[in-house]
Amino acid sequence: MPLVKDGRIAADSFAHVGESAELPGDGAILVSAARFFDDPEATLKHNGKLGVIWPNNRDIDDLVPYLGRLAAVALVFPSFRDGRAYSQARLLRERHGFTGELRATGQVLRDQFLFMLRAGFDVFDVRKDGDAVAFAATASRYSVFYQPTGDGRVTALHRRMQLRRQEMARP
Amino acid sequence: MYAYDEIDRTLIDERVSEFRDQVKRRLSGELTEDEFKMLRLQNGVYLQLHAYMLRVAIPYGTLSSKQLRVLARIARRYDRGYGHFTTRQNIQFNWIKLAELPDALAELAEVDIHAMQTSGNNMRNVTSDQWAGVAPGEVEDPRIWSEILRQHTTLHPEFSFLPRKFKIAITASAHDRAAIKVHDIGLRLRKNAEGETGFEVLVGGGLGRTPFIARTIKPFVHGRDILSYVEAILRVYNQYGRRDNIYKARIKILVHELGIEVFAREVEDEWRQMRGSALMLDDSMIEEIRSRFFYPAYEKLPHMPDELKKAAHDPHFEAWRRNSVFTHKVQGYSIATLSLKPVGGPPGDATADQMEAIADLAEKYSFGEIRVGHEQNLVLPHVARRDLPALWKALDKIGVATPNVNLVSDIIACPGLDYCSLANARSIPIAQELTRRFADHDTANLIGRLHINISGCINACGHHHVGHIGILGVEKNDEEFYQITIGGRADEEARIGALIGPAVPYGEVADVIEDIVEAYLALRVRPDELFVDTVKRLGVEPFRERVYATR
Repeated sequence: MPLVKDGRIAADSFAHVGESAELPGDGAILVSAARFFDDPEATLKHNGKLGVIWPNNRDIDDLVPYLGRLAAVALVFPSFRDGRAYSQARLLRERHGFTGELRATGQVLRDQFLFMLRAGFDVFDVRKDGDAVAFAATASRYSVFYQPTGDGRVTALHRRMQLRRQEMARP
Repeated sequence: MYAYDEIDRTLIDERVSEFRDQVKRRLSGELTEDEFKMLRLQNGVYLQLHAYMLRVAIPYGTLSSKQLRVLARIARRYDRGYGHFTTRQNIQFNWIKLAELPDALAELAEVDIHAMQTSGNNMRNVTSDQWAGVAPGEVEDPRIWSEILRQHTTLHPEFSFLPRKFKIAITASAHDRAAIKVHDIGLRLRKNAEGETGFEVLVGGGLGRTPFIARTIKPFVHGRDILSYVEAILRVYNQYGRRDNIYKARIKILVHELGIEVFAREVEDEWRQMRGSALMLDDSMIEEIRSRFFYPAYEKLPHMPDELKKAAHDPHFEAWRRNSVFTHKVQGYSIATLSLKPVGGPPGDATADQMEAIADLAEKYSFGEIRVGHEQNLVLPHVARRDLPALWKALDKIGVATPNVNLVSDIIACPGLDYCSLANARSIPIAQELTRRFADHDTANLIGRLHINISGCINACGHHHVGHIGILGVEKNDEEFYQITIGGRADEEARIGALIGPAVPYGEVADVIEDIVEAYLALRVRPDELFVDTVKRLGVEPFRERVYATR
């Protein structure tokens, strides 16, 4: 499965550690939430970047105390029709100020890239090669956004207000 | 009317181009049907019994004559020459080919019309009172707020994959014509003690398999906070709404399972953390949207012009005027309802020819504006009273002046088994038969206000639960049967109708309805006690006794 990071296909620097596999001595790793909560403090001592795969039916609040020490959070779309992780992503970014890597995993398809970007995802475990190749084109398909989110894209309403102020400033 | 600017226009053009690409990928096999299904649904495209169906949004029911002409052209060019107006201020075209859909959408986009989110598990077309802006006594024009919400809900990055569909309706009048109590969120515009505009917010209404009347979650939310409050509701729903069972996925079930108090607390907690965010509206933002609504330059006209006095001698005109013409907030003007319920016709259908003629008449007599109501009729909202006789003649000629508005033959019906792949039974032929049974205008007038709503299956698109008489098609041993309820209503006193007796076969429905009406005429205490009030006073039992005594 191709990984898209910073808008381009990239190698995955994180190793996925299975439920019962031993933690490697170092290197960037992604562990499940269950695995993480077996012993959070011990896991956080890992020598290397640590990311947690967070299920979409568990309150993100449980993870909040550890966010500052996590390099990545991977949220899950078991099906692209299940949109719970969009709320989790916005909460992580906009309410809890998480600045690490926010990864979309599961059924990650082209037609949801933009929604995911707007919700705060910046790394994508893309299902299909063709979708990964089309990432940049898809992400720039829209130039108008009605809702303010944490991604900083200027909303239609704010653009209108800017235009209006410019008009009024004109002699 | 709201005038799109380049920003709004760019967005729908971008949407059409995206959908064109999605259709191309589907046709080439790059997208599976399962992947494509949700994408097409989000653009209003259903796969029905015979063909693809396109559902086009008419936000808060406002159309220009130019837009109506394009709808007519779509009906003629891509469909079979007609369209069907729905209970949620949409129009449906039933015979569109998948490969032609992007072109049809591009033509609609040229006149600022789209089909975004008329289907799918997202926030649907925001609906409102078809008399918005012209009804006497309104708090303020609810379309300003409807438009603010339309924009906010369009392609929302967080709420495009909700547990289930989500519908918002807004009213600003004491008499609710937008059926807000059967919506996921109902908003009633009101002023607080300081004279500031805000909303009573209701939540958890809905029909379908498990009908609920919406409950008030907050008596007053200030206008500047409405987006953050709605977003708080949606966020709670998106995270905690059930996704394990499609029939339990609507917000009404979450509200019911948690209880309104717990749900309200969850929303309040969420809202407190986000109300000061970028979602807060300041006056200049509201003013920006308001400034792009334009209103007719009304003339100073007499209430009783000569033309009207003269026409009063024509009983046919008078019958129509009394039935279909309503008081406008400006003296000398009227609101005229155009009945899309001709005797023997399918409710809510209009032909391309009719749509074009209505567009012409709107230009001539209604400042180029048309409205669509949830009762599946059209409205010309600004008719000078002196023009009523001439307008009536023209409407009569094209078959939309049947004087049956709000009467027994003004039936709401879903497309039913004639079109719909979900239906268990036919709706349209039942409606057609009933309009023939009650074709006599004097009889209908004697009966008075009576809403019959028909759904061809439990999904309740025909709003049967809230019909004064509700008819629900079910399947029994491969035969069409119909359950009949009485006493429902969709207005400010909304309630769910009660079952009157065992389901009856297709062939007996019209007889039963006639018997119910007969029972009502015998049971009412005064001619002006409405059907629904008689049911409220007496309950179902006396009706059951009379109707089922011989069955």
